[in-house]
Amino acid sequence: MTTKLKGAQILIECLQREGVETVFGIPGGVNLPTFDALYQSPIKVVLTAHEQGASHMADGYARASGKVGVCLATSGPGATNLVTGLATAYMDSIPIVALTGQVRTSVIGNDAFQEADTIGITRPVTKHSYLVKDVRDMARVVREAFHIAATGRPGPVLIDLPVDSTVNEAEFEYPKQVNIRGYKLQAAPAINMAQVRAAAEAIAKSKKPIIYVGAGVIHSGASAELLQLAKTLKAPVTTSLLGLGAFPESDPLSLGMLGMHGFEYTNLAVAECDLLIGIGARFDDRVTGKPDEFARHAKKIHIDVDPSSINKTVRVDYAVVGDVRQVLIELNKLVKGADTSDWLKQLAEMKRQYPLTYREKGRLLPQYIIQQIAEATRGDAVIATGVGQHQMWTAQYYQFNKPRSLITSGGLGTMGFGLPAAIGAQFGRPKDVVWDIDGDGSFQMTSMELATAAKQRLPIKIAIMNNQFHGMVRQWQDQFYESRYAASELNVVDFVKLAEAYGCVGLRVDKKEGVRPAIEQAMSVADRPTIIDFLVEQKENVWPMIAPGKPHFQMLGTYAMLSKDGGVPQHRRATPDEESKLSLG
Amino acid sequence: MSEKHTISCLVENHFGVLSRVANLISARGFNIDSLTVSATEDPTISRMTIVVDADAVKLEQVKNQLNRLIDVIEVQEMKEGRFIDRELLLAQVKVNGAALAKLEALTQRYGAKVAHATDQSVVVEVAGDTKTLDQLVDELRKYGVLKLVRTGRVALEK
Repeated sequence: MTTKLKGAQILIECLQREGVETVFGIPGGVNLPTFDALYQSPIKVVLTAHEQGASHMADGYARASGKVGVCLATSGPGATNLVTGLATAYMDSIPIVALTGQVRTSVIGNDAFQEADTIGITRPVTKHSYLVKDVRDMARVVREAFHIAATGRPGPVLIDLPVDSTVNEAEFEYPKQVNIRGYKLQAAPAINMAQVRAAAEAIAKSKKPIIYVGAGVIHSGASAELLQLAKTLKAPVTTSLLGLGAFPESDPLSLGMLGMHGFEYTNLAVAECDLLIGIGARFDDRVTGKPDEFARHAKKIHIDVDPSSINKTVRVDYAVVGDVRQVLIELNKLVKGADTSDWLKQLAEMKRQYPLTYREKGRLLPQYIIQQIAEATRGDAVIATGVGQHQMWTAQYYQFNKPRSLITSGGLGTMGFGLPAAIGAQFGRPKDVVWDIDGDGSFQMTSMELATAAKQRLPIKIAIMNNQFHGMVRQWQDQFYESRYAASELNVVDFVKLAEAYGCVGLRVDKKEGVRPAIEQAMSVADRPTIIDFLVEQKENVWPMIAPGKPHFQMLGTYAMLSKDGGVPQHRRATPDEESKLSLG
Repeated sequence: MSEKHTISCLVENHFGVLSRVANLISARGFNIDSLTVSATEDPTISRMTIVVDADAVKLEQVKNQLNRLIDVIEVQEMKEGRFIDRELLLAQVKVNGAALAKLEALTQRYGAKVAHATDQSVVVEVAGDTKTLDQLVDELRKYGVLKLVRTGRVALEK
């Protein structure tokens, strides 16, 4: 006869069978039984300063390691504090299992102390959720939750645990398999070979193809298959923000990032191509600009695991639904080498004519700092970011060559993501160097997690591009609101003192010469976090830029504009004459 | 072109499924005319019949998004001419004296019946397809409709 276990013990037994080694969270009234069971297990519990931090750590852990991240919070405020992290993970399709405490089943709905309708509040930001009303459901629910989080299009799953479900006893039997009748197709959609053949035929007809890659390639581990496709077709590859690292940017076929702050030549190339092969990407509005004008001369192929992504914002000519890696394996069997030499020559010329650049101003510039971090780490580090200008500069100037090396909030654009995500990433990749490249505004939204990083003696490096502004907001106010800085100016914070207060190393740099030595010094610290407070030019802008809703060939901050004496004027739009030149018709 | 479509979903018969579907419909900005939930031949499965007002692209999105829900087992579009649909209507109509006889003749033409009657009004009950019910409502309005309720469409494939 099997012995009976408490619900919390069953939960921990299941977590161990799912391979969970580290969880992030905060104890409280109703989840004490769960924490007590964790205490007696080999699973490492990382106490965070705030539950939002726990959710971002689970997210960073998942993005860096490819495993499911786990976070825990108590009922009520603990659970509501997770919401931003769940929404972040949901938008970027990151596998997380969130375990929330709940008041006991008999008082649910009675406005009990620390009660919130967690399932209701999190429904729009989770892939699925469970309320465990009966301890006998515990093992099945946990098994299903991990399966749903990690398969198909990944995403966060929440399990709400009324305290009685964790203290009541049941016989423990780990379900041998998962059987969810509404989910079988989503978990492993069958590939329609007719669709693959149609895509291959369209590829064979193309003279100017571009492969447009998103995070789906990283989630499905399809980088090798992507490289093979690109090499066979001799087709250039551009990535979305979240796709960075899926294809090596050092490769001659790489076009880097496209979209709102993508490279000028990349956006011009997309406007020129005759075939766009979208792989594991969702044609986000930051990528497409004005959807009707996006790759307007191109036939479009879309390969994605999620049928609901197809034709959502941009109509495509060929759709292939399935796991990206499996589809690419099939597609690679069908495609033949193509002669794209004229196209590649044209692109090389565009690259030469419209390079990514910035204007030296005498003051310390974030772009330079990021280039130096890239050099010092030889592009091998795991880079987390917050959200804003520094995030875009990181995307532009740190060459990402490996999958899972950029940890950033793309879809939701969650400021404050950087530090906790870096902490999670360091647990997921203990041997790798982890940096958080952050802005002073973004960093201060979750800076209390320095306590977590210091307590765990994590050697993460935090580079703060300190411009005393919400820089991206300030940039838009300059561009579109006649420089009225409504609530975008920040106070002056001494981040060196802040670092010291938490037991971290703090360094300050305000000159170019100081950049590399500070980076080297940070790299030599092995037993605690290091903050480098970079006092940078306050009004540097991210260029180039496609204004929201504008087509790709209308960019601000182009190479031509930057190389003129006056730089980029404010409040301006490209003139029709410039437009015709930029479109390279 | 936007038009009415009938979608039939088989869903898990447990707690919270209706709110998941309703949440999805409002979050994605879909326009729905009606939504009914009812038992099926299998006690673990419920059927939702949803009438949406959408063009072809939006309709595809509705079906795809519904399919994404873990608790949704099957999504089927009821194609024109291949299904039987019905809804139930109750209407309280102001009527007395001589008009009553005319009303009774009308209800008979529509296969409706008078479910309840007082001196001042009657409650008319009828089941039928949407178009027939719309026509009857137009006729009833000539008498004065005091209150009206419809169940929304349920449908089965032929």
